[in-house]
Amino acid sequence: MPVLEKDDTQIWRRRTRGQALTHWAGWLIGTAIFVYCWQQISGATTWFFVWDAPRIAGDIWTRATPPRWEYIAQLGRPIWDTLNIATLGTLMALVMAVPVAFLAARNTTPSRLFIRPIALLIIVSTRSINSLIWALLLIAIIGPGVFAGVIAIAIRSIGFCAKLLYEAIEEIDHTQVEAITATGASRWQVMAYGIVPQILPAFAGISVFRWDINIRESTVLGLVGAGGIGLQLQSSLNVLAWPQVSLILLVILAFVVVSEWVSAKVRGAII
Amino acid sequence: MSNELHDLLGKGWKKQPFIKRTWLRWTIYAGFVAYLIAAFSTIEVNWSRVYEGLDRGAAFVMAFTRPDFVSRAGDIWTGMAESIVMTVAASVVGIAISIPIGLGAARNIAPLPVYLICRGIVAISRALQEIIVAILLVAIFGFGPLAGFLTLSFATIGFLSKLLAEDIESMDRVQAEAIRASGARWMQWINYGVQPQVMPRLIGLSMYRLDINFRESAILGLVGAGGIGATLNTAFDRYEYDTAAAILILIIVIVMALEYLSGIIRARVQ
Amino acid sequence: MLRLEGLTKTYKTGDQALTDIDLEVPKGQVLALIGPSGAGKSTMIRCINRLVEPTAGKVLLDGVDIAHLSAGALRRARREMGMIFQEYALVERLTVMENVLSGRLGYVGFWRSFTRRYPQADVDEAFRLLDRVGLLHMADKRADELSGGQRQRVGICRALIQNPKLLLVDEPTASLDPKTSRQIMRLICELCAERGLAAIINIHDVALAQMFVARVVGLRFGEIAFDGAPDGLTPDVLTQIYGEEDWEATIEKVEDEDDIEAAE
Repeated sequence: MPVLEKDDTQIWRRRTRGQALTHWAGWLIGTAIFVYCWQQISGATTWFFVWDAPRIAGDIWTRATPPRWEYIAQLGRPIWDTLNIATLGTLMALVMAVPVAFLAARNTTPSRLFIRPIALLIIVSTRSINSLIWALLLIAIIGPGVFAGVIAIAIRSIGFCAKLLYEAIEEIDHTQVEAITATGASRWQVMAYGIVPQILPAFAGISVFRWDINIRESTVLGLVGAGGIGLQLQSSLNVLAWPQVSLILLVILAFVVVSEWVSAKVRGAII
Repeated sequence: MSNELHDLLGKGWKKQPFIKRTWLRWTIYAGFVAYLIAAFSTIEVNWSRVYEGLDRGAAFVMAFTRPDFVSRAGDIWTGMAESIVMTVAASVVGIAISIPIGLGAARNIAPLPVYLICRGIVAISRALQEIIVAILLVAIFGFGPLAGFLTLSFATIGFLSKLLAEDIESMDRVQAEAIRASGARWMQWINYGVQPQVMPRLIGLSMYRLDINFRESAILGLVGAGGIGATLNTAFDRYEYDTAAAILILIIVIVMALEYLSGIIRARVQ
Repeated sequence: MLRLEGLTKTYKTGDQALTDIDLEVPKGQVLALIGPSGAGKSTMIRCINRLVEPTAGKVLLDGVDIAHLSAGALRRARREMGMIFQEYALVERLTVMENVLSGRLGYVGFWRSFTRRYPQADVDEAFRLLDRVGLLHMADKRADELSGGQRQRVGICRALIQNPKLLLVDEPTASLDPKTSRQIMRLICELCAERGLAAIINIHDVALAQMFVARVVGLRFGEIAFDGAPDGLTPDVLTQIYGEEDWEATIEKVEDEDDIEAAE
């Protein structure tokens, strides 16, 4: 315990002098980094616009209200597309994530040295890159449209779902697997009876969770041309049709809230 | 032999279905199939375009074997630096603001009016997609990293405050009560009774959010809010797949490094 | 019927779990395996059906050396050996009936087992076994809704539906209360007698072992330290197996319990 001797009385301190110094040095470096970052941002900013921001914000607000309600008639199809992008993308991702997860989990992978690192690489690379970037890439390859959006969502979700799923596989109760093995079951039977029932709840939870996230992400994929309601948002922004923009934002908000409610209900029913 | 057994012998056995009401089960199945058919039939796929694209897809995959870090090194460097700067600054500010809001959004320590206000802020922040916030902020503050910085800070608040509040709500009440029983003031109570319980998780979540902020910062450039996204977009537009591959590899490597770092930090604080 | 010859297991960490074990179990004999924690009881049972790979030696079941079988032949050999586990090891999210039928996995093909379409004879046998252990009314309950004793009964059914020659029983009573422990031990011994099964029961409750079995084998540091009838377990022998302790109390208790048993 760090105790200081001073004028013959002992004073208790939380840290020794060395610890205190490192502690303060850490804070100092952290603050310095933050100040540097802030200066970089500040340097790249035209402050005149920023001081003018309240006026511009007020200006946009007056232009955007009231929303152009009759435009909603044209949003039915885009919303349907958005829903499809999220749902089909999630389904495709799950189909691909399951094998990847089994190859990546330490206790089910056929080879820890060769196959597991490949599976982990698939997980980390699909997970690190945002669905908008995947969409950009796919549009360059297969052209704009809903299809590119579905694939973009699917690819982005593989890593996410596979990561959570393989963690669930690694946490299963091994004795249940052992018991099934001891009956003389084949490799696939051990999988179907010993492993799958144990991870099924996790799988269902992950699917619904990711579907909910994908609904949010698919609303903006249209900004780069990958279909859905984002397309309308982008075209309205291009012509500065602010009343339409505000209506679209309201519709997106409502859509996200409804999807969150649905996923909460489904999750409650499954678990 | 019991009667019960006698009745069962010779009869088949079927697993009880998950949804026990037959009509409901079939309605759900049929509804799902109908939805899938409707969904697939409304997706227009230009297969000839897709087929043509396969070559470009192959070219892109090949680009990963020889990424070009050099010819646009200047753009990549500025973009990356800007992304990192935005990430760090936004994470610091976002976390700093999240802590009071997270405290306020925890029902067991905040009075009702404060609770409602803080939960409201959290709900708004979570409902708005980062990229939409970025579009609005770019319209208001002009192009540049300031809009990106504000977007990420705003998104961090929603994410971190909610998780922090949930953590505080599920903490061990007895420990906090023991501190209160010693006659501590509110601030002392938070410092001694609450903070030690939630600190490890707060640090873990902050690291995780840093990671998310970096990934998000890579797309903010698409709408003009600064960062590597703009460079990446240009590379795709010009079909410079080798440069794009280089940028993507950099992003993946940085995300991996952040994940590794957060793993170490989380292991140390727990 | 079962013969172990020079069975040795050394773990990768260098721990010597079993050293040169020789043991012969004739048909229909129920044998209790006792010994302190870490003596290699569990390892020995798992080496017999190769859930743990033996390092050296032979495991002969009716003259077939299990230690050197190919994967397919090993699966067929495992059907001859039912196993009962310490923490029941039921697949918790499957129903009681599915758990019992999973004992037939070695006999049916993948699709049949995946779609749960078992042969009628298997289904009938499953019902009969559940009736025998008094759980017929629980057939469609999920395994995690059952109490410990009930789960262990399902575990016994799963092992018996394999129609084995030998039961490998790993600490069947470790997670059960004393009364249920006795019931489960009695059930296992009765079923073995009914069907003429041999069994190796790995158990740490010496008193319980003495009560039910005809032969006791004591393991110490992976070697056989005692092999004989339960009344041969004198304080000296127990000291040799477990180390220094006042054993009179344990033996005393056994006699008390026998009295209760007789009075019941």
